[in-house]
Amino acid sequence: MASNPYLPAMATIQEVIQETPNIMTFRVTFNDPGYKEKFTFEPGQVGQLSAFGVGESTFVINSSPTRMDYLQFSVMRTGEVTDKLHTLKAGDQIGVRAPLGNYFPYEDMKGKDIVFVGGGIGMAPLRTLLYYMLDNRKDYGKMTLLYGARTPVDMAYQYELPDWLERDDLDTHLTIDAEYEGWEHNVGLIPNVLLDIAPKPENAVAVTCGPPIMIKFTVQALAKLGFKDDQIVTTLEKRMKCGVGICGRCNIGTSYVCQDGPVYTYEQLKALPNEM
Amino acid sequence: MAKFITSDKVSAWLEELGRKHEVLAPRNEGDSIVFKPYDSKKGFNIEREATAPPKKACFPQSETLVKFSHIKDLENPEKVALDVKETIPTSSWVVFGSRPCDARGFTMFDRVYLNGKHVDVYYKARRENTFFITLACEKGETTCFCNWVGSGPSDPTGSDVLMVPVDGGYFLEAVSERGESILDSSLLEDGGSKQADADKFRAEADQSMGEARDLSKAPAKLLEAFDDMDFWEAQSAKCLSCGACTYLCPTCYCFNITDESDGVKGERIRSWDNCMSNTFTLEASGHNPRPTKAHRLKNRVGHKFSYYPDLHDGVISCCGCGRCIKSCPVGVDIREIVLNAIAYEAKEKADGQ
Repeated sequence: MASNPYLPAMATIQEVIQETPNIMTFRVTFNDPGYKEKFTFEPGQVGQLSAFGVGESTFVINSSPTRMDYLQFSVMRTGEVTDKLHTLKAGDQIGVRAPLGNYFPYEDMKGKDIVFVGGGIGMAPLRTLLYYMLDNRKDYGKMTLLYGARTPVDMAYQYELPDWLERDDLDTHLTIDAEYEGWEHNVGLIPNVLLDIAPKPENAVAVTCGPPIMIKFTVQALAKLGFKDDQIVTTLEKRMKCGVGICGRCNIGTSYVCQDGPVYTYEQLKALPNEM
Repeated sequence: MAKFITSDKVSAWLEELGRKHEVLAPRNEGDSIVFKPYDSKKGFNIEREATAPPKKACFPQSETLVKFSHIKDLENPEKVALDVKETIPTSSWVVFGSRPCDARGFTMFDRVYLNGKHVDVYYKARRENTFFITLACEKGETTCFCNWVGSGPSDPTGSDVLMVPVDGGYFLEAVSERGESILDSSLLEDGGSKQADADKFRAEADQSMGEARDLSKAPAKLLEAFDDMDFWEAQSAKCLSCGACTYLCPTCYCFNITDESDGVKGERIRSWDNCMSNTFTLEASGHNPRPTKAHRLKNRVGHKFSYYPDLHDGVISCCGCGRCIKSCPVGVDIREIVLNAIAYEAKEKADGQ
């Protein structure tokens, strides 16, 4: 971060990927070579992207810090800022304030089995941790991924799925909500498919992200499988502005999601006031 | 350092200060008293607490953070460069006639804006270059409760000079190092002989405040009542969600950031925001974690009397100025809400179950 936490660093969009009808991925690099050289982040940290003239919004950096050729952000079109971001193309300028927030406790997860459960755009924050762990594969036990979307069309990172499915060091399961022509994988809601896969809770950590309703039922399914509250890690979204714990809108009680989050264990969330 | 100024010289002193700094002083505007750049023709009014605090001195109601312009390459119209510049304020200011609650209010900002993980460079630039000449209060108004929140009618916390009314003028005491530079003026006399009068004034003012209520249980009790929406609906029943309380509060520091642009050039602006508004936490998906005024009032009171104290050594993020009570169009009284929370008993207990 620059000494002025509100001043975006200017970056150039290198590549734009239309992931799904409403999700676009941007691969960006900082313009200032010195800044680019010094820039570091941790898996799970977020950034504020600027659409100058419209505003800023928060997105997770979904590339891995082990692969620093570019920073990758996936943007679902939902409002004014994301509308504007979706008009950008390779070569365009973009402002980035990053890294912000905390990150996945990947040190504490060493030596453990990892269960990733991602729903829709919720796959983005898992992707950064997934690649971080694949690039440090020997540090982690069995790795299981369950990734679901409403339909195959709504599934981001499709071009990476064949590799995830083929790898020996990652047990990948895909699911969609209802039958779809040509679909060869699971059909069913994520929590139900998770119960079928039944990953073992012993010495394991589950990392989940997705729509609030999916997280709710996924946490219930994990509990049923024997995962304790401190073995479940999730990442939250809140409306944010400053991103640095000052402007005062993203708090849950004493915790500011932009700074103390977005990554929390379920145990930590339960200790906060119930205001999701 | 203690000085004395006769009442008839105050205007001249403000003009002298105005040659080095921008001076803000309270003056009448319609039925209100508001802080404005000092104008000798319009004078000042320090007879009673100003309607609005001098919050804008260090935290303008709206402030440019960044200026940007899109620069088209005429050779290659597809290529648009962006020029982005920060706009850190550079000036110095004197706030004259703030009250102890007003100046102390900024110390609530300081913990968050200056002493957190990130420094708010815009606030810092103003705060470090703003001097507060604070007038001690003679007695509390019915809405005043600074003594409940660890302060008092002549508390110098957050001020640079404390000004105490004494016979014929004002006793002036430097309460910060930089306050001494403010008192370096030939218009001021030595104040040593007025010290006793000033002490008497301050003691009598303290007496006027009545007994302070003990708020030490508020942080825990507000959390205990958190899930009882019947309680919060009762507390917020009168509230209109208008936000007057937030705009007039010396310690409300929330802001919004928005872009304004004519297409080519524009500014990123931060403005005071209002946590009582429905849109404050409304997410793009349509989800709102605080969908009703009861949720929002709970957060406002919770932040000041529970979350902030939990994060900052027990300091309550309210300076007791009472403006939210005085200016509320429907008579919501934050003191009552906090006392109700302290007296709160979970329903099971109250029902004897």
